[in-house]
Amino acid sequence: MSATDDNTGGSPGARLLEVEDLHVEFRTRESTASVLNGVSYHVDAGETLAVLGESGSGKSVTAQAVMGILDTPPGFVTKGSIRYRGEELLTATEERRRGLRGENMAMIFQDALSALNPVYSVGFQIAEQFRFRRGMSRRDAMTKAAEMLDLVKIPNAKQRVKEFPHQFSGGMRQRAMIAMSLALDPDLLIADEPTTALDVTVQAQIMDLLDELRRERGMGLILITHDLGVVAEVADRIAVMYAGRVVEESDAESLYARPAHPYTEGLMASIPRLDQKGEQLASIKGLPPNLAAIPAGCPFHPRCHRAQQECREKLPELHELGAGRRSACHFAEELISSD
Amino acid sequence: MTEPILQVRDLVKHFPVQKGVVFKKTIGHVRAVDGVSFDLHRGETLGVVGESGCGKSTLAQVLMRLVQPTSGSALFEGTDMFGRKSAAELRRLRRDMQIVLQDPYTSLNPRKTVGDIVGEPFEIHPEVAPKGDRQRRVQELLDIVGLNPEHVRRYPHQFSGGQRQRIGIARALALKPKVIVCDEPVSALDVSIQAQVMNLLGELQSEFGLSYVFIAHDLGVVRHLSDRVAVMYLGKIVETGTEDEIYEHPQHPYTQALLSSVPVPDPSVRDRRETIRLSGDVPSPADPPSGCRFRTRCWKAQDICAEQPPELAVRLDGGEIDPSSEGHPSACHFAERHGHVIS
Ligand SMILES: Nc1ncnc2c1ncn2[C@@H]1O[C@H](COP(=O)(O)OP(=O)(O)O)[C@@H](O)[C@H]1O
Ligand SMILES: Nc1ncnc2c1ncn2[C@@H]1O[C@H](COP(=O)(O)OP(=O)(O)O)[C@@H](O)[C@H]1O
Ligand code: SF4
Ligand code: SF4
Ligand SMILES: [Mg+2]
Ligand SMILES: [Mg+2]
Repeated sequence: MSATDDNTGGSPGARLLEVEDLHVEFRTRESTASVLNGVSYHVDAGETLAVLGESGSGKSVTAQAVMGILDTPPGFVTKGSIRYRGEELLTATEERRRGLRGENMAMIFQDALSALNPVYSVGFQIAEQFRFRRGMSRRDAMTKAAEMLDLVKIPNAKQRVKEFPHQFSGGMRQRAMIAMSLALDPDLLIADEPTTALDVTVQAQIMDLLDELRRERGMGLILITHDLGVVAEVADRIAVMYAGRVVEESDAESLYARPAHPYTEGLMASIPRLDQKGEQLASIKGLPPNLAAIPAGCPFHPRCHRAQQECREKLPELHELGAGRRSACHFAEELISSD
Repeated sequence: MTEPILQVRDLVKHFPVQKGVVFKKTIGHVRAVDGVSFDLHRGETLGVVGESGCGKSTLAQVLMRLVQPTSGSALFEGTDMFGRKSAAELRRLRRDMQIVLQDPYTSLNPRKTVGDIVGEPFEIHPEVAPKGDRQRRVQELLDIVGLNPEHVRRYPHQFSGGQRQRIGIARALALKPKVIVCDEPVSALDVSIQAQVMNLLGELQSEFGLSYVFIAHDLGVVRHLSDRVAVMYLGKIVETGTEDEIYEHPQHPYTQALLSSVPVPDPSVRDRRETIRLSGDVPSPADPPSGCRFRTRCWKAQDICAEQPPELAVRLDGGEIDPSSEGHPSACHFAERHGHVIS
């Protein structure tokens, strides 16, 4: 397993991040949307946790809360805990959190162009971190920036370090953002849909790069995505989110072999496969719920083909199934034991 | 086989690249579509795949006569689509070919009700639905695409992304077209919703005998819906064949690389796949490489690839052209006749 096959990141397998029962509300004058309703997941050093779910399920908001960049107001953490190496972040000072960002945890986004500043060269933006956080001279910082571009395999890094974001292709910009996020050598990287805007051949390059960097540096990687193919290729563990909760958590192989939640099952049946020409796709009926009016009982019940009376009344807790698997379905045990 | 409903030959669309603010000077051309030929048969789906910028949307816009081609021809049921036409021929073309676009958010007028949006084509073609009958016809269309007919007076923002795509499909169906050009119709949708819309497109095709030109960058989506597939790279078709020929026996290095890049949703085959990784990005269509346009990323490239553009033709192993032999056409000097999926 890749969680243990590497070295540099200190103690491999050490618990880096623990999110527990996290609740976030977005309050507007008209309504309050319960965007996170008890998210729990954890990441260890050297491993890749994929956070999988459709848009609006709360993947990005969870990441923003972890990074301390939640849009407040309108977003408020109302309950829960976020611990980095055991240290509670929700009660930490803003100064402490700023210190952690970049140095200990970093995040990259889908849209590299809007994350980069168009009026400064790519190199300047990377170098800034070395100047202000490491006290380096302008020249040394630029040299380090070029090294970072080289690390993410941008050809002619020494020349390209002086270029501006618009002179980079989509794939190169994503590489530059990865370089920037890794400048201060964080041990946790959150990648929020890093390849969603890229073509498939470039996506493959970027995923290879992220995987290689994680391995080399013993980083913990949280990969947020809605792509079940990408997840299958790189994830050690997977947390599936629905309506602001983790509904299933599992190692990758077991999840694909036998999902323990009907939502996961439905997602897998919905993807058109490359290796077969199907007839009807077994889609999930209906739509995700309005987060200002989440259904009682199991939030998935209006769309679930297995729903029973109990599901309309009682919220299923995310519970242990053994072997590191958890599910928030009343019938999870039956799902994984039936044929 | 009967005559194809659509025959496209040597279609070219170049966009001028201009410089200067007041005095515009043309300094080059973006060769968005650069010699594309294909047939579309009745009731079939031709999938068009390729990475962004390869000219898929331009092809769709030219087919819909929303932009003028630079050269080339297209026959719709035997009628020249781009030449001078009588008013009656024009009306017929406008009815018989419709388009569904990727972005249901921007392609629907936010200030119009769904009823107005879906019924709009009847204003221009009243012969399809007489005035008194329109409301009923619009509701019928909403029902066909799986929307609640009672929602005719709602506005687009009151619908989800998938539902808005259904509205776009209902509008495209209003005039009972024969061909629908779908430009990335499910690309913006989440997988569960994407599956619903793909199923709908499949059902509509069998119910109404529609022919689709189905454009997408997702290779799984294209395989699922297509009978035949054309793979595009920098404005050209590099390989075309049946869905089985393209996905099981790809001959062109680009097709092979594209298929190999798609992640497989099965962790148990991870690290056991032998994958092809292309380096770099697609070159600019304003300045495509000489000879074979794929050569800057191709691991098989030889000197000849920079000198001679390979034509799209049926080839023997090693790339020699032999139109008499069985097989599907590809545009590579070194095409593998018995191509296979490398994964
Ligand atoms: N700044 C914001 N203001 C109001 N609502 C927001 C904001 N950010 C996110 N949300 C809402 O929170 C929900 C979850 O969003 P997000 O975490 O971005 O989903 P995901 O990343 O899974 O697609 C969505 O319904 C979204 O509309
Ligand atoms: N109206 C236009 N003017 C100039 N260039 C254009 C125009 N429309 C498209 N292009 C260019 O043509 C090429 C093909 O674009 P497009 O057909 O949209 O590709 P795709 O749909 O495959 O992503 C791109 O390089 C694009 O920038
Ligand atoms: S708890 Fe009931 S409704 Fe929810 S996923 Fe399980 S079976 Fe379906
Ligand atoms: S013609 Fe040459 S460069 Fe082009 S695809 Fe074939 S081998 Fe590659
Ligand atoms: Mg998101
Ligand atoms: Mg397009």
